[in-house]
Amino acid sequence: MSSASLLAVRKKLPPRPRRWVTLLSFALPIIIWCVVSYVPFIWHPMIQIENKGGVSYFQEGMLVERELFETEKQTAIAEGLALPEGARANPIYLPAPHEVVRAFYTSFTTEPQRRSEKWLHESLWSSIQVIFWGFFLSSLFGVPLGILGGTYDFFSRLFEPFIEFFRYLPAPAFGALAVAILGIYQAPKIAIIFIGTFFQQVLVIANTTRKLDASLLEAAQTLGAKNKSLLFKVVVPGVLPDLYRDMRILLGWAWTYLIVAELIGTSSGITWFITQQARYKNFENVFAAIMMIGIIGLAIDMLLAAIGARLFPWQKKEAEV
Amino acid sequence: MDDIKKPSYLDQSDSVKDRFDRLKDRPVTLEVKNLYKHFETPKGQVTALKNINFKAHRREFVCVIGPSGCGKSTLIRILAGLESASSGSMLLNGNEVTGPGPDRGMVFQGYTLFPWLSVKRNVMFGLMESGIGKVAAEEQAFQWIDLVGLSNFADSYPHQLSGGMKQRVAIARALANQPKILLMDEPFGALDPQTRGKMQSHLMEIWRNIDITVVFITHDLDEAIYLADRILVLKAHPGEVEELIEVPVPQPRDPSQLLSEEFMATKRRLEELIHPPEEADDVSEDKLNMVRMVHVSDDVPSVL
Repeated sequence: MSSASLLAVRKKLPPRPRRWVTLLSFALPIIIWCVVSYVPFIWHPMIQIENKGGVSYFQEGMLVERELFETEKQTAIAEGLALPEGARANPIYLPAPHEVVRAFYTSFTTEPQRRSEKWLHESLWSSIQVIFWGFFLSSLFGVPLGILGGTYDFFSRLFEPFIEFFRYLPAPAFGALAVAILGIYQAPKIAIIFIGTFFQQVLVIANTTRKLDASLLEAAQTLGAKNKSLLFKVVVPGVLPDLYRDMRILLGWAWTYLIVAELIGTSSGITWFITQQARYKNFENVFAAIMMIGIIGLAIDMLLAAIGARLFPWQKKEAEV
Repeated sequence: MDDIKKPSYLDQSDSVKDRFDRLKDRPVTLEVKNLYKHFETPKGQVTALKNINFKAHRREFVCVIGPSGCGKSTLIRILAGLESASSGSMLLNGNEVTGPGPDRGMVFQGYTLFPWLSVKRNVMFGLMESGIGKVAAEEQAFQWIDLVGLSNFADSYPHQLSGGMKQRVAIARALANQPKILLMDEPFGALDPQTRGKMQSHLMEIWRNIDITVVFITHDLDEAIYLADRILVLKAHPGEVEELIEVPVPQPRDPSQLLSEEFMATKRRLEELIHPPEEADDVSEDKLNMVRMVHVSDDVPSVL
């Protein structure tokens, strides 16, 4: 395979190289991570003490910076004490891949520190519920308003200027207000997801609706369709596939608001788990939890894409993930 | 004046003359009276259509032809009710009509089938809108699909059909409402010449078999002569009626008439009207400044 055919402008790669390159997209960061973790002379700025030797404050298993270790070693030589020994290591915040892989299992089986605290799967479930309700409520109002705005200039003028203003207000800024109104548990978190999603949603869906081919509406009118059936029998089915795609993108945005939302009031869900584990310096659990968010998000999106292909068979096959 | 020797498009054989006399005795389906259309542009008001008057009789096939910018698309969109006239009126069977409605079917150049509906559902759309029950609508839809020869594709979706098939569905869909008049805006413009020829024959066949008046926009002179009883020739800037030509080619038409004397005579006349002899100052713009773009030493063979 020559590089010319791999780098042809706006041409699809042949299927086999295409699969390999897709695989590479995940493999590359993992390879870099492995190299940094397992090749001792690359990076590894710390020394893990194996034998404290004559240095009084060193302890076995302790991580010290290489420079400090060298100075102490020189001091020990000068003073004729036993030499400290250690191996190069990475800082605690960069666990090796195998540790994170293990954490994917162990973080589920590790009992919470206190009885009142939640297991990881309970935390994840709580996060998914927050996302679901935030996105569901947002869509419940956002989709109809978006379609109305995209169909009737009246509604477009009525909603959009204000929403255009409101969407610049960062959702987390409403955190304190949400807690004051809705309490400290799930409700204010759902509200933040709602605020983060809703205003974008109305504008995005209104724009999508406006992009519907106007000649379809004209054709329907010459076939006798009037206002209401134009809306429900032409506009709605006509924009449905694009609307579905918008919703997938918007759901992704909702996930990005999750962490901020869950810090509001009593910290909960996956965010609580992450901050808690970081406090205990279990960074392999932190990495595992962050990756779980990504995996859940990607899995849901792929599922929705597959469902979409079934629901809208007349749509041209779009390039899926 | 060597034109005198050639037969004129005005010469009609007795049978053709007789047919036109009978045609004009039929009731008027569509009457356009003193129709004007102005557009507001940043450079001021532009008159797209100026004082358009014409009548189409029941079951007549009228083609509208004219140079680009003559407003023929605007005219048909006004007839369909998709745009409103600035002044003047439009009578359908003697009644004034405004706005779009199922009494005037329309076929667009861009197919405009509903991509989310099957062929059958597309054809049923207008019937269901008019309040016919699902079962009856389905039954009628099948008849129209059969008429355009797509019975085997009733459950296909538009994206699975070729351009010609899509346009046949669009015709069936427009006809299903049993409109008084079928408006067609360059419906075969996007088709390749072979499909186009087939579609023309197909349309003639349909037109002969059902009670429908057709107003057909085209910029193709052959298409206009081949299909039309009468051709409304518009001129541009502003769009005005130049002439209403009675096509002397006898009905029923078939492709062998494309070389007949009547056909050629009509075509000569249309050429005159639509591509008038160019004026001197236009020529300089159109002439390309020709330089041989080859190297002196190249041995380039002559194309002649």
